[in-house]
Amino acid sequence: MESETKATFSKSTGLPRKRFYRARAHSNPLSDSHFPIPTSPAHVDFSLHFPKFVEADGKTSKKVEFADIGCGFGGLLISLATLFPETLMIGMELRDKVTEYVKERILALRRTSSEGQYENISVVRTNSMKYIPNYFEKGQLSKMFFLFPDPHFKEKNYRRRVISNHLLDEYAFVLRAGGIIYTITDVEELGEWMKSCLEKHPMFEPLTQEELDSDPVVELLCSATEEGQKVARNGGQTFRAVFRRIAYAS
Amino acid sequence: MEESHIEKGECQNKLEVAPALISVHPSQKSVAVTVGSDLRVFDLIENCPITLVDESEGPAHKDSIRAIRHGASGKLFVSAGDDKLVKIWSADSWRCLNTVCSEKRVTAVAISSDDSYVCYADKFGVVWVVELDGINEGKVLPAKKGASLLSHYCSIITRLDFSPDGRYIVSADRDFKIRVTVFPKKPLEGAHEIQSFCLGHTEFLTCIAFVWNPELTQGYLMSGSGDSTVRLWDITCGSLLDTCDVSTMVGDLESSESEPPSQVTVTDICTIPNSSLAAAAIQSFQGIVLLSCDLSAHTLSITKVIKIPGESFIPTSISVSKFLWMVSGASNLPGSNHPGVSRVRVISTETCSVLEDEQIPGGTKLLKHLQGKVRVEESVMSAAAEAVREAMSSLLMKKQYSDEKREFRKRTRNDKKTTL
Repeated sequence: MESETKATFSKSTGLPRKRFYRARAHSNPLSDSHFPIPTSPAHVDFSLHFPKFVEADGKTSKKVEFADIGCGFGGLLISLATLFPETLMIGMELRDKVTEYVKERILALRRTSSEGQYENISVVRTNSMKYIPNYFEKGQLSKMFFLFPDPHFKEKNYRRRVISNHLLDEYAFVLRAGGIIYTITDVEELGEWMKSCLEKHPMFEPLTQEELDSDPVVELLCSATEEGQKVARNGGQTFRAVFRRIAYAS
Repeated sequence: MEESHIEKGECQNKLEVAPALISVHPSQKSVAVTVGSDLRVFDLIENCPITLVDESEGPAHKDSIRAIRHGASGKLFVSAGDDKLVKIWSADSWRCLNTVCSEKRVTAVAISSDDSYVCYADKFGVVWVVELDGINEGKVLPAKKGASLLSHYCSIITRLDFSPDGRYIVSADRDFKIRVTVFPKKPLEGAHEIQSFCLGHTEFLTCIAFVWNPELTQGYLMSGSGDSTVRLWDITCGSLLDTCDVSTMVGDLESSESEPPSQVTVTDICTIPNSSLAAAAIQSFQGIVLLSCDLSAHTLSITKVIKIPGESFIPTSISVSKFLWMVSGASNLPGSNHPGVSRVRVISTETCSVLEDEQIPGGTKLLKHLQGKVRVEESVMSAAAEAVREAMSSLLMKKQYSDEKREFRKRTRNDKKTTL
């Protein structure tokens, strides 16, 4: 019903149409944020995001375990939703129009799914480089995704990169021991950067080739995301770094 | 973006107002006051002004000092500020033992309890560490560079402190956040293990202080903020134990004033040794609020309010050893021919009474050195307090723009153009 009244939705699929969500390619992660930010993880109300997982006490029965940082148009989340139907996952995106699109896309998918799928994914608009600790408790996450992040070529702008030695400290804080961090890019220079940051960090170790081969998520990094599909279309190369958070005592 | 750039440009043209700071030696051997780039120290044992000796490689302070601190052992003293210099002094000979050049302006400093490391935080949220190998013998070290220890992503770090047991380094920032990081054995390789985040404040953090006693060396943390509260935390898990609102206190007291301010900033806290008490200075309040902290019941409450009678004296910085030392003042006051102004007052921690100028340790001789003169005019003092308040909110508060203004500035952006 609802979809008919909205001109921005495709009549055939019932999904929102991307052309009506014109987005900027970049957003400055350094600028002051003017959207609401939860005071602490205890203040985040995930019941509105996952209504099917809400119990009698008004809280969700589980905590979010996967975070897709800079989820873009949400391709990976949507693939993961059916692969891990019992796991709650959240996309975090800074650009407001993109977040709006993903939100509508998930709601539309929930409406059109006959098997009640996609109830386990949602999206928030936030600056994850600044506010990760406001959303997740220590060791709450088991997977974090950083797919095709902004490359920031200029040396002056390296500190805007979403993977850096210091930001990895915060990611290691919200990831539990054994949790996995997935990164991929089509920019060789950034790929090297992300890999070397992870290699240098004492709380991460690389996955072995066998582990990579047996992890069903690894192949989605390229195939499920809009950016990955674009790279494949143009016959480009991708550079991947997948690391495990290890137990650590300094 | 455009507008904030313009505003910043304007600020840089005129000199930024910096509050006067005070730090007293842990066993009250000396007391240091800064106004702008001026560092003044008075010897309380010999009862005379101290002349600072700077033979280290590196220039003297030439811009506002933003952070000073005595080490817990009383051997070292550190000063740092807008001139991007961190100067490490011997608190005995008052010789400068080392000058560290920072890449950015320095906002906070801390000295590890064994005097082997100095940490400083810059305006871009990075905390740096310098190893003080051999400095305990009073040797002047060659100029050093800091190694980056940790980072708050692009946020001004307002305070830095070591936990009493030396296990953690705690950093507080303008994004409402306190980070507790395990201080590693090899700090020069970075501090990667975050113990907790203390989240609960709803405005910028201004000050932190540990409450502790010999049985509980790890201690609990108190924090003051622009949200008019002081909060008590258990830093091992980052849980908020109690919140004490001080705005009502201040409002009630100034009943003659029209409307009490809805939000006041707690500008400084220090804990009184061997007690469960802490003193808090509050913006636009002429006095000190004493807070009592019950470490077994995990509560924090106001026990006493000490008003400073007479003149207008709003502390900008406080420090405690046997007495509670307070300073009020600022540098670079706009539209005035005073380059900087400071007024020092002292409260006895035993009787909780404000001492007269003649009664304070060092007497008027001390005042003459630390204030520059014995008497300070009242009109200047209230102007300084107002200037400090303004400077602090423009530095630490997020700029608020109306929705219309923000939309107007986005008008040419691609994603705002309609394709319909």
